[in-house]
Amino acid sequence: MSAAVIRTVNQRSRAARSFKRTAFSVLLRGFSLILPITLVGLFVFLIWGSWPVLQFNGLGFLVSNDWNLGSQYGTPTTVGGHMVLPGASYGVLFLIFGTVASSVLALLFAVPVGVMAAMFVAEIIPEGIRDMVAAIVELLAAVPSVVFGLWGYVVVIPVFSHYVYPVMANVLGFIPGFGQPVGAGYGLMTAGIVLALMVVPIITANVREAISAVSRGDVEAGFALGATRFEVTRKIILPQTHRAIIGVTILGLGRALGETMAVLMVCGNALNIPGNIYSPVSTMAAFIVSQLDSALQDPTGMAVASLTEIGLILLIVGLVVNAAARLLLWQVRE
Amino acid sequence: MMSMDSASSNTGFAVPDGLRGRYRRRRVYSALGWLICGTSFVVLGLALLDILFSIAAGGFPALSTKLFTQPTQGVSGGLLNAIEGTLILTLGSVLISGPIGIGVGIYTSEKRDHFFARVVRFMSDVLVGVPSIVLGLFGYITMVVGLGWHFSALAGAITLSVMVTPYIARTTELALIALPGSLRESAYALGASEASVVFRVLLPSCTGRVLTGLLLAMALSMGETAPLIYTVGWSNYTWDGHLTHEPLGYLTYVIWSFINEPFQSAHELAFAAALLITAFALAITLSSRLIFRYLDKR
Repeated sequence: MSAAVIRTVNQRSRAARSFKRTAFSVLLRGFSLILPITLVGLFVFLIWGSWPVLQFNGLGFLVSNDWNLGSQYGTPTTVGGHMVLPGASYGVLFLIFGTVASSVLALLFAVPVGVMAAMFVAEIIPEGIRDMVAAIVELLAAVPSVVFGLWGYVVVIPVFSHYVYPVMANVLGFIPGFGQPVGAGYGLMTAGIVLALMVVPIITANVREAISAVSRGDVEAGFALGATRFEVTRKIILPQTHRAIIGVTILGLGRALGETMAVLMVCGNALNIPGNIYSPVSTMAAFIVSQLDSALQDPTGMAVASLTEIGLILLIVGLVVNAAARLLLWQVRE
Repeated sequence: MMSMDSASSNTGFAVPDGLRGRYRRRRVYSALGWLICGTSFVVLGLALLDILFSIAAGGFPALSTKLFTQPTQGVSGGLLNAIEGTLILTLGSVLISGPIGIGVGIYTSEKRDHFFARVVRFMSDVLVGVPSIVLGLFGYITMVVGLGWHFSALAGAITLSVMVTPYIARTTELALIALPGSLRESAYALGASEASVVFRVLLPSCTGRVLTGLLLAMALSMGETAPLIYTVGWSNYTWDGHLTHEPLGYLTYVIWSFINEPFQSAHELAFAAALLITAFALAITLSSRLIFRYLDKR
């Protein structure tokens, strides 16, 4: 009898165990699908949300420069099978220009400064306190983007528009786009500066990691040849981190292209291509937020759909840029 | 160092004058190089300090008990509704993304040889790069309009959790991979099933690291604004317990919109909100760094 009991207990627990096993593997499989589904879902719903405007605009909106939501109080008219407000058109060339220009400007500041700061921390600061010192720069990543925006609004804009930009305009005025007028401080240059500070911690952290991965043998060989520490860092360590630097630059580009709040608060939200480097601009991400209120007033729904279309472009650009960066950084690690 | 140089030049090696001059020039260039590198580091450090200083200078005078006891009235009053909303959104997003992210992390680490696991890891890295405003639009189309939830707490929390899930998955995966292989082997050798290996052996031995991932996710979702503008809206009232159909206040909105109002009270609220959010985010990030260091040393 006892043998029979043991057998049933064994069978039961075996059944329970095999159930648990299947449940666990099914669960794992389910988890494996969540991120791919999210990614596909992002595409599907953004395309769905912008579908009417995709048809209405075609591809011409990318190169035309006339953003106009149409007359709020006019009767919606039908153009090409779509109900739109009279006079509505959704060209976004100025946004593409503003986004690319502010991001490139940010990287021009952030990459050299970030790489040099990483060199300094990795080679000059003693090992015992290195992590603490590095945290000073890398903590910038923990500051919320809207706080960067606030700081840009209350510190960078007044200080730079009064003291820095006038000097810059006088000294660099011979370069087209750098001369007067400097305006009120809202604009491309300020956006670039704030963005640069937001991108820098990613660059510093990754370059520092890449530097610590350089083989010590090479470094010691450099010293044995009589090179100074700077020469070793500049000519032996840095060339070995080139790929990481390129990867992290692209990563930073992705971050800068999609940054919303900080840019929104300092860029000036212009609806045209800026006249010089100090003039107000708008970026795609910032524009999506700044236009929300007026877009929600559009009874035809075309305004929200056109903002969604901008979001779709941002999504595609963000994915491509980030995938490229990750592939490069993965190669570096392996 | 210097004395050794002079000693060696006095006692022996015949160094041509040209070479010595070149060596001196190289030393000067190196010093200059480090000076530039050091300057760029100092500039970045000063920028962080200035951010913290200006937020503190504007925020501390604005702190009062009123902030924590009264909701916002127009552009004055307190921040009770916003603080409450930020807490709800942050905790909500971590509650949703925590289990999912840890599950994805378990999959990518325990099945890391599978081709599909590599695909998922790549996707999670790429998802991190999706601009947060795009996630906001996604939430707006699917939940706010599609499911008819209107601006609401749940729509915001889910949008935020889409944003932070890849981070949690990544930290969980790295934590599990860092565990020694012998731990897995001995657990399997005792006849433990995959589930018990993961839940009774692996996860308990890296709780701290998984926790740092959750903390960072909290800090991230706390400081986020853009996706919430499209999913949560804004409300002057404290939360009435509805997950959907009810907009919510949150701190980052106050910073963004109140600083543009031409009133002293609005500016004070914006700075107070910035101080609270920055202090929370930095405290969480710092403590997760400390936990990580402590775990590494152990």
